[in-house]
Amino acid sequence: MASGVKPRVKVPKSASAGEAIVIKTLISHPMESGQRKDGDGNPIPRSIINRFTCEFNGQTVIDITMEPAISTNPYFEFEATVPEAGEFAFTWYDDDGSVYNDNKAITV
Amino acid sequence: MDFTRRETLALGGAAALTFVLPFRANAAVDDVIAEFTGGAAVGDAGVELTAPEIAENGNTVPIAVSAPGATSVLVLAAGNPTPGVATFNFGPLAASQTASTRMRLAGTQDVIAIAKLADGSFARSSKTVKVTIGGCGG
Amino acid sequence: MKYKALTAFAALAISAPMVFAGGADDDTLSIDGQEMISKTAAPAHMAETGIDTIMSGWHFREDDTQAMQMDTFDNPGMIAVDQATDAWNTVDGTAEKSCASCHEGPESLAGVRAVYPKWNADAGEMRTLAMQINNCRTEQMGAEAYKYDKAEMTAMEALITVQSRGMPVDVAIDGPAAEYYEKGKEIYYTRYGQLELSCANCHEDNYGNYIRADHLSQGQINGFPTYRLKNAGLVQTHNRFRGCIRDTRAETYAVGSPEFVALELYVASRGNGLSVEGPSVRQ
Repeated sequence: MASGVKPRVKVPKSASAGEAIVIKTLISHPMESGQRKDGDGNPIPRSIINRFTCEFNGQTVIDITMEPAISTNPYFEFEATVPEAGEFAFTWYDDDGSVYNDNKAITV
Repeated sequence: MDFTRRETLALGGAAALTFVLPFRANAAVDDVIAEFTGGAAVGDAGVELTAPEIAENGNTVPIAVSAPGATSVLVLAAGNPTPGVATFNFGPLAASQTASTRMRLAGTQDVIAIAKLADGSFARSSKTVKVTIGGCGG
Repeated sequence: MKYKALTAFAALAISAPMVFAGGADDDTLSIDGQEMISKTAAPAHMAETGIDTIMSGWHFREDDTQAMQMDTFDNPGMIAVDQATDAWNTVDGTAEKSCASCHEGPESLAGVRAVYPKWNADAGEMRTLAMQINNCRTEQMGAEAYKYDKAEMTAMEALITVQSRGMPVDVAIDGPAAEYYEKGKEIYYTRYGQLELSCANCHEDNYGNYIRADHLSQGQINGFPTYRLKNAGLVQTHNRFRGCIRDTRAETYAVGSPEFVALELYVASRGNGLSVEGPSVRQ
């Protein structure tokens, strides 16, 4: 696991049924591209978050495949429909097998 | 999108080719697009790509895609060592088929978005982003 | 052919200043809706500099970079603030204390960033915020000092800085601080390196002009620590000083050195009246 990985998610606390809301996510991660070399000229192996998903009550909002061209501390902004009260589940998948989660409840 | 080992090798081969054969400069990009579209024709209406004309630093360039009704949008950077940036797959609870992120650009180049639209057809949009060189490098 | 090239050149020469205007813009900086003082009258002690309006470096940046600082969620520097908040509440050292044991919430330190570097009468020294943080760690907590410009220190600085966001910078330069102010001022006007450049050559004489493809700002430090897109991480004032002097092709002073402490006081005083806006976002 990359050290100190910390997800941040911004979701409104409440919405009206069927409303479209804006969600922002940011996670601390170096997103080592695999293109860089260390001080001795040896390539630094790729180590990135390769997938991010957002689900609401088990249904997919967005599922993003990420490549090394995504910047350090990956940021996403998108819109979700809130059909009922429930919980958003955010999941980031690391190359090294680690999985980072965050959840946010929303009332209607 | 998942690459099989063979496809990844093919991509690497394409990248190696671009090195010795400059006229195949966009081969890697073309291959990735062909994989996404399955070789289908690509129109130019239905997807919008927002990117700055000038990026102060290529390390963190804000971009946004919007493709009403699309099931997925592939974003590529034609001039990066590997062209892939991200694929946005929209689920049933996406309120709009829009998303934004921040990406790396190795230099001034075209950023390309290909959307798979609701009717299964494909649309393409691209923007040239100029990446400026800092003053002191400090 | 020659004529054509010449006209093309003339057209370029005419259009270039308009296309590439490098000066400060007139946008308004607000962060989460709170308006910042990002341009104001220069403090009295700057009378001899010929600068009558001091401006945050924010005004010299492209819109996209500016926007990233205007929303605390969009600002990637705030990740460090989150991390430091955890550290704030974590017991460390032989005294079995955390920052919170003495200071309660970090908001109790509102106003602190605005007045640092600050003279410490008991210790008889000029202290930067980093020095004060380490003094707390070693003297109050019995913990190990952070390395001056390591991530933990920069993050803690960012957390403390956020508490003062919007407050005007107000460092004292009189009394015992006067000596450090004078020393910092001397460094500011000294030409360093093979390029023989002083801080003033770029940031006083040429702010608003281009240096290669980049805008020169006034070199204000009211936005530090700053999240640099280039580094994809937070940068401290002394890191920036070191980078600038290195780029003149000189041997630089070390981060945390007495020279940089004095320079920080002097440069901070040139921003007296601008809002504390760290962690800011720069290119």
